Amino acid sequence: MTLTFLNIFIAVVIAIAFVAANAAYLVWCERKGAGFIQRRPGPTENGLWGLLQPPVDGIKLMTKQLMIPGGVDKIVFIIAPVLAMFPTIISFVTIPFSDQIVAHNMNIGLLMIFVFGSMSAMALLMAGWSSRNKFAMISSVRAVSQAVAYEIPMLVTTITVVMIAGSMDLMEIVHKQGGGFWHWNIWPLQNGLFNVLMPFSFLIFFICSLAETNRAPFDLGEAESELVAGYHTEYSSMGFGLFFMGEYANIVIGACLTTILFLGGWDCPFGLFPGVWWFLLKIYFLIFTFIWIRWTFPRTTIYSLLNLSWKVLIPISLFNLLLTAGLLKVF
Amino acid sequence: MTEPIVLQPDETFVLNVGPQHPATHGVLRVKMTMDGEYIYNAETVIGYIHRMHEKMAENRTYSQYLPNLSRLDYLSAMAYSHGYVLAVEKAAAIEVPERAEYIRAITVELNRISSHLVWFGAFVLDLGGFSPLMYAFDDREQILDLLEGITGSRLTYCYFRFGGIYNDIDEDFIQGTRQFIKRMRKALKMYRKLVTTNIILIKRLKGIAPVSVDMCQRYGATGPVARGSGINYDVRKNEPYSVYSDFDFDVPVFTECDAYARYNVRMEEMEQSLRIIEQGLDKLPDGPVNPEKKPKAIKLPPGDYYSTVEAGRGSFGIRIVSDGDKNPYRLKLRTPTFSNMHLFDEACRGMLIADALAFMGSLDLVIPEMDR
Repeated sequence: MTLTFLNIFIAVVIAIAFVAANAAYLVWCERKGAGFIQRRPGPTENGLWGLLQPPVDGIKLMTKQLMIPGGVDKIVFIIAPVLAMFPTIISFVTIPFSDQIVAHNMNIGLLMIFVFGSMSAMALLMAGWSSRNKFAMISSVRAVSQAVAYEIPMLVTTITVVMIAGSMDLMEIVHKQGGGFWHWNIWPLQNGLFNVLMPFSFLIFFICSLAETNRAPFDLGEAESELVAGYHTEYSSMGFGLFFMGEYANIVIGACLTTILFLGGWDCPFGLFPGVWWFLLKIYFLIFTFIWIRWTFPRTTIYSLLNLSWKVLIPISLFNLLLTAGLLKVF
Repeated sequence: MTEPIVLQPDETFVLNVGPQHPATHGVLRVKMTMDGEYIYNAETVIGYIHRMHEKMAENRTYSQYLPNLSRLDYLSAMAYSHGYVLAVEKAAAIEVPERAEYIRAITVELNRISSHLVWFGAFVLDLGGFSPLMYAFDDREQILDLLEGITGSRLTYCYFRFGGIYNDIDEDFIQGTRQFIKRMRKALKMYRKLVTTNIILIKRLKGIAPVSVDMCQRYGATGPVARGSGINYDVRKNEPYSVYSDFDFDVPVFTECDAYARYNVRMEEMEQSLRIIEQGLDKLPDGPVNPEKKPKAIKLPPGDYYSTVEAGRGSFGIRIVSDGDKNPYRLKLRTPTFSNMHLFDEACRGMLIADALAFMGSLDLVIPEMDR
């Protein structure tokens, strides 16, 4: 028993380290990627290719004064950034990186990730509400309506995958997709089903994870040209740092989930050497796509965002759910 | 300790956008009375960067006032100097050599492109797209380098003199400009593919922020704002000055009246400016760039003089009242942004804040020019 606890403790520590390292270096990747897209070098000053930039940024953030403006709701104001970071780290505990590397596999792992994932919307609401800043307020209201609107199609598409796999166990879901490229959930052919809507499901899931993580073109929560900095306008020092890291950690979670649910997890497309490297390759490819999209598209408005979710994504995903259910019954 | 946010009785609240806000591109302040995300009423507050350029003119000689003109609109400074030198030349009856006028037109048009490029980048940035800003600034850099080579400065040029220009252009400039035209045409094609036809951009701009012809006329809006509303008025065409009547170019006019029309007007204008520059370089006559005889100290005969030019943002008018002294008695600057901006209060009512800021971007405000 104690050994299991110790295992979980070590796993959590590793998860935190993984999240922190990823969050820090994704900022570097983002800046380098932006530089590449914008015909400029990006960070170059600290270390080789600017590789020391993330730790230096971290030190800068930590040494800054943590300002708590007068008039804010202190307790909520302090809890909010913690709540932005913490659930994301917990979600990593159940993510299987390969059939060996998983901190603690659960048969309801997927459910757990979604439960913790919806907590990050709470963090944004709390931050915006407690800041007593009108820009932060508008931003947090936007972020919550966005989170609600995009959680539904995301969950519905996930249910489709769960139905196909017959399990909420992430390991099980990946095992079901084993056997090469054409067995992945993204393709209509998988498991003897002929569900033509699966690629759309993948797209819906990907769009939803963009929206869930408040990334461009859905970065309405922190729309810097409208709402200054959105919900974290009043945050300084590590308070801001935690929101920032939380955002990148969420991106990693989004990419991991997309990989597991649709891209066959650690499975190799050609059936060769399945393992953690394939998993990492897939998630970093997805993350690169996130970055690519961010630096290419302008931002949408809140109403077209909600319209997209309620009028396009939810109907398609619901229809796909019905179709999959029917196909599973027939075959 | 915590004071609740006091709501107005009708559930509206006041949002102060600016004077330090990323979307106002300067120190413009907009007091928005908001009803949720909708704007119930807006009031623009200007004057944060007022420097009394008009009063300064009364204490300086005509030549001493020349550098001030490029501090109005720092993005298309050439056009403003052009307006001023034209006014003074007309009043003092100074002959300008043809070569000088051609060079003036070329530099003004180059400057217009650089000004529109900044607007383009900043506007797409307002809409949340970051990368086009960098591409636009990369292209603008070429113009700044070219102009630096002949004028000595990169932003606040003081190149025009009464009767001519500061110095002649060289072969480097001509070759560089020809290369730039090629590069810019390619870039404009890329902008069309990347930005103009982007579905999100079209969705955000089409039908957004309509400005009627009537409203343009009431507020005296000019330039791309008026031309986006279907008013075919361009000072270069309607009241040709300098050598603009020698050039073959079109005035882009769009009748949709929305933000996308204003966007398209400016994108088209860049292409037309390229045409003007190309023709200017082809037709460039030889000869001196300054008149043989020029009065040392310029004194205008008593009277009231007005001249107007098409600057990057609309028609810029300058009125000089002289009492025969070496300083103007009174000098009045009619700046286009000042008129264009005042549309905002009326037109943005009932808009979403995101759309209102896109609207503000489509007006292309340069705050120092408005406050002067």
